Amino acid sequence: MSADTAGTTGAYLDIDDLSIALRADPGHRLLRSVGLHVKPGEVRGLVGESGAGKTMIGKTIFDILPRAVAVVEGSVRLGGEDLLALPEGKRRKLIARTSALIPQDPLTALNPVRRIESQITDRLTAILGQSKKAARDRALTLLEEVHINDPERVLASYPHQLSGGMRQRVLIAAAFAAEPKLIVADEPTTALDVTVQKQILRLIAEMQRRHGTALLFVTHDLGVVAKICQNVTVLFGGKVVEDTDVKGLFAHPAHPYTAALIGATPRYDRPEESLLPVPASVIEDTHREIAAADAAWIVARSPHTKGAA
Amino acid sequence: MVDAATPATAPPTIRPRRRRPLSWRLILSGSWLLIVLLAAIFAPFVAPHDPLAQDLLLEKLPPFWVAGSEPGYWLGTDGLGRDVLSRIIYGARIALTVAFVAATAACIIGSTLGLIAGYYRGWIDQIVSRIVDIWMAFPPVLFSILLVAVIGTGLHSVILAITVIDWIRFCRVVRAETLVQRRMDYVDSARVAGFSQLTILIREVFPNTLPTIIALLSLEMGIAVIVEAILSFVNLSISTDDPTWGGMIAEGRTVIHFAWWVLVFPLIALFLTVLAFGQFGEGLKDRFDPVLQ
Repeated sequence: MSADTAGTTGAYLDIDDLSIALRADPGHRLLRSVGLHVKPGEVRGLVGESGAGKTMIGKTIFDILPRAVAVVEGSVRLGGEDLLALPEGKRRKLIARTSALIPQDPLTALNPVRRIESQITDRLTAILGQSKKAARDRALTLLEEVHINDPERVLASYPHQLSGGMRQRVLIAAAFAAEPKLIVADEPTTALDVTVQKQILRLIAEMQRRHGTALLFVTHDLGVVAKICQNVTVLFGGKVVEDTDVKGLFAHPAHPYTAALIGATPRYDRPEESLLPVPASVIEDTHREIAAADAAWIVARSPHTKGAA
Repeated sequence: MVDAATPATAPPTIRPRRRRPLSWRLILSGSWLLIVLLAAIFAPFVAPHDPLAQDLLLEKLPPFWVAGSEPGYWLGTDGLGRDVLSRIIYGARIALTVAFVAATAACIIGSTLGLIAGYYRGWIDQIVSRIVDIWMAFPPVLFSILLVAVIGTGLHSVILAITVIDWIRFCRVVRAETLVQRRMDYVDSARVAGFSQLTILIREVFPNTLPTIIALLSLEMGIAVIVEAILSFVNLSISTDDPTWGGMIAEGRTVIHFAWWVLVFPLIALFLTVLAFGQFGEGLKDRFDPVLQ
């Protein structure tokens, strides 16, 4: 019932019953009736292994799904407005005004031929209609907020002059620039050195607290979730298998897959515990569960059944 | 408080933009192209003789270092007594005019279509790609000869023929590069920030394809010089009175056993110029590529 209450208690991002599938084969779903809710100011982790559909959810929110994939069912609402029902222009504007993305790979997320300054300020001038001067001042403040020592020089630099960690800081600054209500961070530390990961993680948490932004933190790392998230959604095979708060997740995971995942996560506080791989039986059971849900879903939507009901 | 010991402040690690010294490739090819360009522009002042002046008393004079040469005829004369050096210099005018105009026109048409097809995909891409496929099925030299034969000889025809044939070279390469760039995260970021597709194409994607376009443009200029020479060789370029490198090579071929220089010098000029265009393009690409800097 917790999902239902979240939907009615003013969540900022409401994803309900969302299914996306290949255009060529609408029966083959990549996301399976996903529900996801993020309240204003909440930090929610979105956890799953590679291919579980974590990134697809982010791409659906921002309407940047690959061409071969389409939403077949469900709704995505930002601040109560149904994105999928809006015409393209309005949808783009709403997304731009209210949300931002911290991408996975800082190496390709900045345009190599444009200076950092324009890459931060063009959002401010385009979205908020700020003057060039105001946008530049704002960019300087933001770079200071992400603890960049020499913001003037960074603004005048090209991306290739900056290290990976610096670029990710710039991207974090850019994401917070237009004061969005929602930020989706898509594995923002995966492409970085281990030593830099911790800094960036702490920085994102710090920026989130300062700006009070709702944050959807996509990751495959339960350790990261434990550190910075309040609530967590676990995804397997495009299906939500667990939706709970972080304490509950680690204390008494509801789904066997989640429990197995926790067993496979290294813990600094209990170094003597050996890590357990996720047992094949758990994976198989979960796959079976999904197959059953898929079958039910297809039956429910076949014209024959509908006619009978 | 272990965390306090590791401050979140990023160390100031901005790599300075270092200007690398010019590569030899760029210097050598650039110098040759500059010489050819200046010779072409100032041909009336540089050329020692009138390229069309015939003097049968001075026919088939050898170049200056061979016995029997006349002072002032540095590279000798052809079968009609015309100065080879002067004809090469005037020939450069036509070669470079064709190179710049035809290559630029092919570049603009091909790159624009390539960018649009590669970025928007869908039916536009289908149409453009099919046209390119059809174009590629024609043997280019035969196609150009056919085209000039149909629309008539002359400088304009040669330029038009090269443009019509070679835009696909730009289209294919630029489309492929655009396909790579549009998958980059910065395109997604710009989408999320609400910029229109056209804005993203022009401001984000196009500048990233520029190094490729510039390299290809230079290469294409070399190819245009070759095609012009081929058309002159088969007498389909401009009127036979105007000296062209291809025409000189064709004339030299008939007297190769008595006067090798009539053939060899325009051939060397052609070879060096085509080589220089290709190398110049590669050099520029290296220099402007932001990732390599």
